[in-house]
Amino acid sequence: MPDDKEKPPMLDSYRILDLTDDRGSLCGKVLAELGADVVKVEPPGGDPSRNIGPYYHDTPDPQKSLNWFAFNMNKRGITLNIETKDGQEIFKRLAKNADFIIESFTPGYLNRLGLGYKDLSEINPRIIMTSITPYGQTGPYSRFNSPDLITMSMAGYVYICGDSDRPPVRFSSDQSYMQASIQAAGGTLIAHYYRELGGEGQHVDVSMQEAMAWTLCYAPHDWYLLKALHHTREGSRWKRFGVTYRLIWPCKDGYVCYRLLMAQPGANVMNEMIGSMNKEGLGLDMKGIDWGTMGFDQMSQENINHWEDQVGQYFLRHTKRELHEEAVRQRNVLQPVNTSKDIYESPQLAARDFWVELEHPELGESITYPGPYFKSTETAWQKGHRAPLIGEHNEEIYEKELGLSKEELSILKREKVI
Amino acid sequence: MKKRCALEGLKVVDFSWIFTGPMVTKYLGDHGAEVIKIESAVRPDGTRLMTPFAGGEMGLNRSGVYANYNASKYSMNLNLREARGEEVVKKLVKRADIVLETFGPGVMGRLGLDYDNLRQVKPDIIMLSMSMFGQYGPYANQPTFGQLLQATNGFVHLLGWPDRSPALPVAAYTDYIAPWYVLVALMAALDYRRRTGKGQYVDLAMQEASVHLASPVVMDYTVNGRIQNRMGNRNPGAAPHGVYPCKGRERWCAIAVFNDKEWQSLCKVMGNPEWTKSSKFDTLLHRTENIEELDKLIGAWTRSYTPEELMVKLQAVGVAAGVVQTGEDLVDHDPQLRHRRHFVEMEHAEMGKHLTERPPYRLSKTPSEPQRPFPSFGEHTEYVCKEILDMGDEEFAELIGAGVLA
Repeated sequence: MPDDKEKPPMLDSYRILDLTDDRGSLCGKVLAELGADVVKVEPPGGDPSRNIGPYYHDTPDPQKSLNWFAFNMNKRGITLNIETKDGQEIFKRLAKNADFIIESFTPGYLNRLGLGYKDLSEINPRIIMTSITPYGQTGPYSRFNSPDLITMSMAGYVYICGDSDRPPVRFSSDQSYMQASIQAAGGTLIAHYYRELGGEGQHVDVSMQEAMAWTLCYAPHDWYLLKALHHTREGSRWKRFGVTYRLIWPCKDGYVCYRLLMAQPGANVMNEMIGSMNKEGLGLDMKGIDWGTMGFDQMSQENINHWEDQVGQYFLRHTKRELHEEAVRQRNVLQPVNTSKDIYESPQLAARDFWVELEHPELGESITYPGPYFKSTETAWQKGHRAPLIGEHNEEIYEKELGLSKEELSILKREKVI
Repeated sequence: MKKRCALEGLKVVDFSWIFTGPMVTKYLGDHGAEVIKIESAVRPDGTRLMTPFAGGEMGLNRSGVYANYNASKYSMNLNLREARGEEVVKKLVKRADIVLETFGPGVMGRLGLDYDNLRQVKPDIIMLSMSMFGQYGPYANQPTFGQLLQATNGFVHLLGWPDRSPALPVAAYTDYIAPWYVLVALMAALDYRRRTGKGQYVDLAMQEASVHLASPVVMDYTVNGRIQNRMGNRNPGAAPHGVYPCKGRERWCAIAVFNDKEWQSLCKVMGNPEWTKSSKFDTLLHRTENIEELDKLIGAWTRSYTPEELMVKLQAVGVAAGVVQTGEDLVDHDPQLRHRRHFVEMEHAEMGKHLTERPPYRLSKTPSEPQRPFPSFGEHTEYVCKEILDMGDEEFAELIGAGVLA
C-alpha cells in the first residue's frame, strides 16, 4: 500500500464558496479535507465567529481563534462585502464558476441581496447551494434566534440529559452546529451525485433541529408507540428494563464507564474481572455466578445495588488507565471517561497516526489538530494547510482568477467591499 | 408522476447492524438507492429486539428503533457461515456499487468476504468497514458499545455539572456522529470511482470521526494545555445561559442572552423589575460575575409561565428562548417539525403504524424520504433471489432446504 502522502483525495478540487459562520463551517471543512477547493468568503474585517474562543495562548484575537482554526483548516479565504452592489456582482462572478455554495445566514437574507438559490441558479444551473440553519428555510420557527442551547433543547436532547434534582443540561461544547454541518456535507454530496449523473443542481435545506433529533434514538418512538416519557434524568445511571444500572463510576483518578452484564461480550468475561476483585478481597460472593446466561429480567434492583457496591469499591482503588488496560487484556467492556488530555494521549489514536501538525508561520510554530478518520487502499484524507488569515487569498482569487486590476482592488478596498 | 430520486440505480449490499451502519443505508435508501440488508437467523440485527415495541409486545418485526433505521431497504435472510451463502453474497456484490459492514475487525475475512475476496468478483467495488477504533491498533479488538465509546471520546466528561459526576447521554451520542462521516466518505468514494474507474476499501474509525466534533475542546489542550470541564449549562460568552423551571411537571425553558441588547429586551418582557436595574447585572461581564444570583432570579420569574408562553414572548423580541421539548412535544406538538414532515407515519403489515424520521435536509428537486416501510425479517429473500439474481425455483428451494436461505 503506498504511503498516504502519495494517495490522491477522494474528491476533485471542486470549487466551494463557503459563506458560513461557526454554525456551518464544519461542512466545508469536511469537504476540503477530502480534496475540494473551499474558499471562505468573509465580510471585511473577518467572519464574526473568529471571535469565539478558546484562543491560541489565550490571546483574544480574530487571527488566533482555535475554534476558527479547527473548522476552517484547508480552506482559502477572501473578504467580500456582499451587502454592497459591487460585492454582489463579484460574488455572482465567483458563483458562475463554482460547484457548491454553503451558507448559514438567517433564511431570506441572501434572497434580499439577490443572491438566493433562485438568483444564482439562473447564472449557474449546475450550482448546488446548501443552507444550514436552526430550523430550515421555512416554517413557523424558521426565523427564531436559536444558539446551540436553544436548538439542543428544541430537538429533545437536553430533556433527557442531566441529574434528576437539577435542570436538564446540554453538552458543554456546541453540538447542534456540528451535527447539522456534518449531515449537510452528506446531503450536499448526494445532490452532487445526482448532478454528475446528468441531473441538475439543487438547493439543500438543512435543519439543525432535525439533525439533533436523529441523536435521540428512543425518545420519539417511546412516546409514539408506548406514550412513555423519560421524566427522570438518571445522571450517571441508566434506566431500562424497569431497573437502573450504574454506567459512570468514580475511580481513583476520575471516572470509568462500565455496566454490569454489558450485553453478551461483557457477561462472558465478568468472572475474569471478579477474579481480579477477589484477589483484593472484594466481590467474594460474586464468584461462581453464571453471568453468561443471566438475563436483565433476572436481576433485581437489590442484587444490582449489592454487586455495584462491590465493583465500585474495586474501581476506586485503581486509576482509569489501569482499569482500561486490564479490560483490554480481559476483553472486558469498560472504557475510561476521557478528558481532552486522555484523548490526546490515546495509544490507539497514536498507532493510527491520527494527530497532524499544521504550520502557522505567523505564530512561529505548528499546532496539533485531529486528523484522518479513515484509511483507504486508494485515497487519503488531506492534511493540507492551516485556516486562512483574513483576506489572505484576495489577490490570488480577485487578480489571478477574476482578472481585477490592482487599481480596481484598491478602489474596492477603499469602499470597504473587500 | 413520481419524482426521480437522487441515488436511483445505486446498489448497496448492507452487512451493517445495530444503529450506526443501518442509519447510513437508510439515508441511501431514502434517496432511492437499492439497499439489500443481509440478516441471518443465527444472528438477526440486534435492534430488532430492542424496545420500544409496538403495543409493548416483543417481536422481530415490532421495534420502533429498528423500524426507523431500516425503512427503504430489502431484508434477506442468508446464512453467511454456509459456503453456498458466500456464493449468493458474491452474486449480489458482482452487481453492487457499495458494500458496508460494521462487524468487528477480521469478521468479514473469516467469512471469506473481505475486500480482497470481493474485488475479485467486482474490481471497482467500494467497501467500507466502520468499527469502534478502526481495523488495527492496540485497542482495535476490545469489544465496546456506543454507550461507552462516548466516554472514550470525551463527550461524557463534557455533560453534567462541574461539582458532580458526569451525566450519561441516554442515547449513545457517538453512534450519531460516525454514520454521517460514513455517508460523506461513501458519496466521495463514488465520485472518485466516477472520475477514475477505481473502487477502494475504506477503514473508518468511529472514535476518530467523533473527536472532530469536539475539536476546539481538544485543541485547547494540544495548544494551551487546558483540560476543559463540563459546566452545566453555562457558556462563557453569555449570561443568562440556562434551563429554567416553568409551570407544569418537568417543564423547562432554555434562555440564552449573548449581548446587552438582548438583555434589555429580556428585562422588558419581565416587566423591568427592580432587581434588573442593579449594577450587578447591567453588562455581560457583570452578569457573568453574578451568574448564580441571576439564574435564581430568572428561575423565580419563569416559574409562573409555561415554556411555550416564554418562548413566544421572548422570540417575539429577538431573545433566544426555546422549550426543552420531550418526545411527546416533538411527535405531537412541534409545528416546525410538522411543517417539514420530519416524522413520517408509516404502516407495516405486522407492526402497524410507526414513525420513520426523514434525513434532516430537503433537496429542492429530488425526494428525501422513506420509500417504503422497514422490511420484516427475511421479507425479501425470495424477491432478491428470483427477481434480482434470476435464481431458478429449483435452486431457490434447494438453498432453503439446505438452510442457506430462510
